Amino acid sequence: MATLPLEGVRVVAISLVLAGPFGSMLLADLGAEVIRVESIHHFPSITRGYMPRPPQFMVPTTGEKSGGFSGGLQTYVDHEAGERPWNRFALFNVQARNKLSCCIDLTRPEGKDVFRRLIQVSDVFYENNSPQVMDNLGLSYEALSGWKPDIIYLRMPGLGLTGPYRDFPGFGAQLDAISGHTLLRGYPGRDATYTTGEVYHCDACAGATAAFAVLCALHFRRRTGKGQLIDLSQIESFIPQLGEIFMDYTMNRRIETSFGNRDPFTAPQGCYRCRGEDRWVVISVTSDKEWEGLCRAMGNPSWTKDERFATNQGRLKYQDELDELIEQWTLRHDHYEVMYILQREGVPAGPVMDQRDAYHDPQLRSRGFFEEVAHPEAGIHFYPGMLWKMSKTPLSIRRPAPCLGQHNEYVFRELLGLSEEEMVRLEKELVIGGDAYI
Amino acid sequence: MEQALSDVKVLDLTWYIAGPYCTKMLADYGADVVKVERPPEGDPARSIGPFLGDEPHPEKSGLFLHLNTNKRGITLNLKTDAGKSIFKELVKNVDILVENFSPGVMDRLGFSYEELEKINPKLVVTSISNFGRTGPYRDFRATEIVEFAMGGEMYSTGSPELTPLKLGGNVVQYQAGTIAAVSTMGALLWSRQQGVGQHIDISIMETQAGGADRRNIYLLGYAYGGVVTQRWPSGGAAAVRSLLPRGIYPCQDGFVMFLGLPQWWPRFLKLLGLEGEPRFQNFIDTTHEDEFRAIWFSWLVDHTKEEIFKLCLENRIAGAPLNTVEEVVNDRHLEYRGFFVEIEHPVVGRVKYPGAPFKMMESPWQAKRPAPLLGQHNEEVYGQLGYTQKDLARLKEEGVI
Repeated sequence: MATLPLEGVRVVAISLVLAGPFGSMLLADLGAEVIRVESIHHFPSITRGYMPRPPQFMVPTTGEKSGGFSGGLQTYVDHEAGERPWNRFALFNVQARNKLSCCIDLTRPEGKDVFRRLIQVSDVFYENNSPQVMDNLGLSYEALSGWKPDIIYLRMPGLGLTGPYRDFPGFGAQLDAISGHTLLRGYPGRDATYTTGEVYHCDACAGATAAFAVLCALHFRRRTGKGQLIDLSQIESFIPQLGEIFMDYTMNRRIETSFGNRDPFTAPQGCYRCRGEDRWVVISVTSDKEWEGLCRAMGNPSWTKDERFATNQGRLKYQDELDELIEQWTLRHDHYEVMYILQREGVPAGPVMDQRDAYHDPQLRSRGFFEEVAHPEAGIHFYPGMLWKMSKTPLSIRRPAPCLGQHNEYVFRELLGLSEEEMVRLEKELVIGGDAYI
Repeated sequence: MEQALSDVKVLDLTWYIAGPYCTKMLADYGADVVKVERPPEGDPARSIGPFLGDEPHPEKSGLFLHLNTNKRGITLNLKTDAGKSIFKELVKNVDILVENFSPGVMDRLGFSYEELEKINPKLVVTSISNFGRTGPYRDFRATEIVEFAMGGEMYSTGSPELTPLKLGGNVVQYQAGTIAAVSTMGALLWSRQQGVGQHIDISIMETQAGGADRRNIYLLGYAYGGVVTQRWPSGGAAAVRSLLPRGIYPCQDGFVMFLGLPQWWPRFLKLLGLEGEPRFQNFIDTTHEDEFRAIWFSWLVDHTKEEIFKLCLENRIAGAPLNTVEEVVNDRHLEYRGFFVEIEHPVVGRVKYPGAPFKMMESPWQAKRPAPLLGQHNEEVYGQLGYTQKDLARLKEEGVI
């Protein structure tokens, strides 16, 4: 009996940056054999690094503060790029778990021929490049389905495969803006330039949606024998996640902006400063019962009896004053302490966790969320783990992120059965193989 | 046209957002989803806005209408004996059951996974909760903002002089629903192959902590180098070590978001008409930063969002407008692709909804029916189980349906 849900499913991936690799990671977690096809001739930016061999200013050396060229996205193990920086990059290594890597030069006919043979023994081809990249390489759906009629081909450029903006070279940051989300997540009363940070939900959303799309197509193929092309526009996967806000426009012509940390219907809700440096807790009161719980937790100070705060309507109206009064209380406590005090009273509340908090958090630890992984060039670390638990096919990090070209032998010799002579010749001519960018 | 999941049957016990979005994804790609609501009020999302005409009404909630397309709806009181026995009959004939009650609720109703497995060994049961079915926070209460604060990357979202900031709407719960749909499909494929179902335990906190909105990268960044992310200064001040624009900037009629790769610097110079300008050839040489910024900001206010987007498309630069909701609905690219679709609903009428999250060429997304009215398919679904009109009248009287 297969011990993993996607055992026996082979996915060939040319995925880069964040959204693509996240989706193929979910497939690899489920047990699919995900083979990354990479190239020692071409370095896709923000994947195995920003540059193959970054200048020192792109390897931040300070541990505590992440400011600088691009913050936490540029972290190498121990802040050392090393001889092969592309194997030591956190952004890559966190999402390439459970995948394999081989190198093929797809711009050369012989490389393309090897790639064709790989597609012929695979179930899915998965990519998130700009549309013209695959087209220029001659890797259209028509070409691939000619080689393998039931291939499932998922393409997920930022804005999809058709339409006037299809070639827009955007990242999660731009897709967040185009989809409308950036204007929905600002500080009320402040202009959009305050909406800073390096957190873009579209990548997570599109990646997960892509994994779902592939699974639907696999199910359909098992039933009908048919493969197909899937056109996933990342913003189109995102807009449904903001559905009610768009419905408010289509039903009522209301153009919603941001509520910041508040809730449009219930109060108080917000993010309050706690004891310590840059420490915060969120509190979210959704009913009179929870409001009473909050009052009890704070020791029922006299201001809580103010009749303006007696109803949800009043609390919504006077939330500015209410927030100040609540913060006077939270400031005297640790952020975790506030959570425990309030949860005991049945009030939704929790610390705003930085990375230290997360690694030490009792809940994540108790569920074994972090997994210890030994990587040949990065060493031993605890990695963020699985996004769900399955009772009969438990998932885990079965292997670390692959080093560049780590599975050349397996793919070319074992899987495709290239002869010794072919291997040697193609490797010598740099058509296949290799483990370093040239 | 046949859909990807046309042969899949789902029993949907979900409410609010995360669970319903999971089953919406299944229903929109063809699964027969029967949504079970408790009488008399149904899914609490029916009482959450926005409402058509701002009039609170159980059939006019935009949230509920969006989240429940393509599902059939029945009412059933699972706390009654008759309700429990009907529920068991329903469980026999489905592939998937999804629920997002607080942990322990299903067990108390007598529907623990172990019990359900006895009724239907092939059943996939997906349980979504704030913190998962185990652990010290299992019974803690949470809402959207609490889930993001604890699981996600709220700490570094926003400006350093202000509070950490939540994301828009309810995206954390929607994302949990999306992840739930992925895991459910994985389990379904295995169940169809092996003839054995299983139980999936989804913690919304973990869907955030393992998520690619950067949280997973920043967590590993801490393990790799002790990096704790901070909130960024506003106004482009974060780019202190280079001339490369990055972040949100004001333009003539709104705001634009720019992000540049080092190798794109020549494209930027071309965009601004500064090719060959010796002061700015090296983007990390900030000697003439003030002069560069003066040119950059005046260029921005000379152009509208639309003009800037057009120029960025031509010059292949990652710069884009901050669109309003209205601009998105009327966007010509989305219109070209037919993204928003009109769906007719008996109470709300014809309204545009967000459409397919992806286009499958052989087994497409379809809007076959609007969200169900409360109990709309009682006769149809219970009729299939053999209940007569008379039985249904009695069950209604007894408060079962």
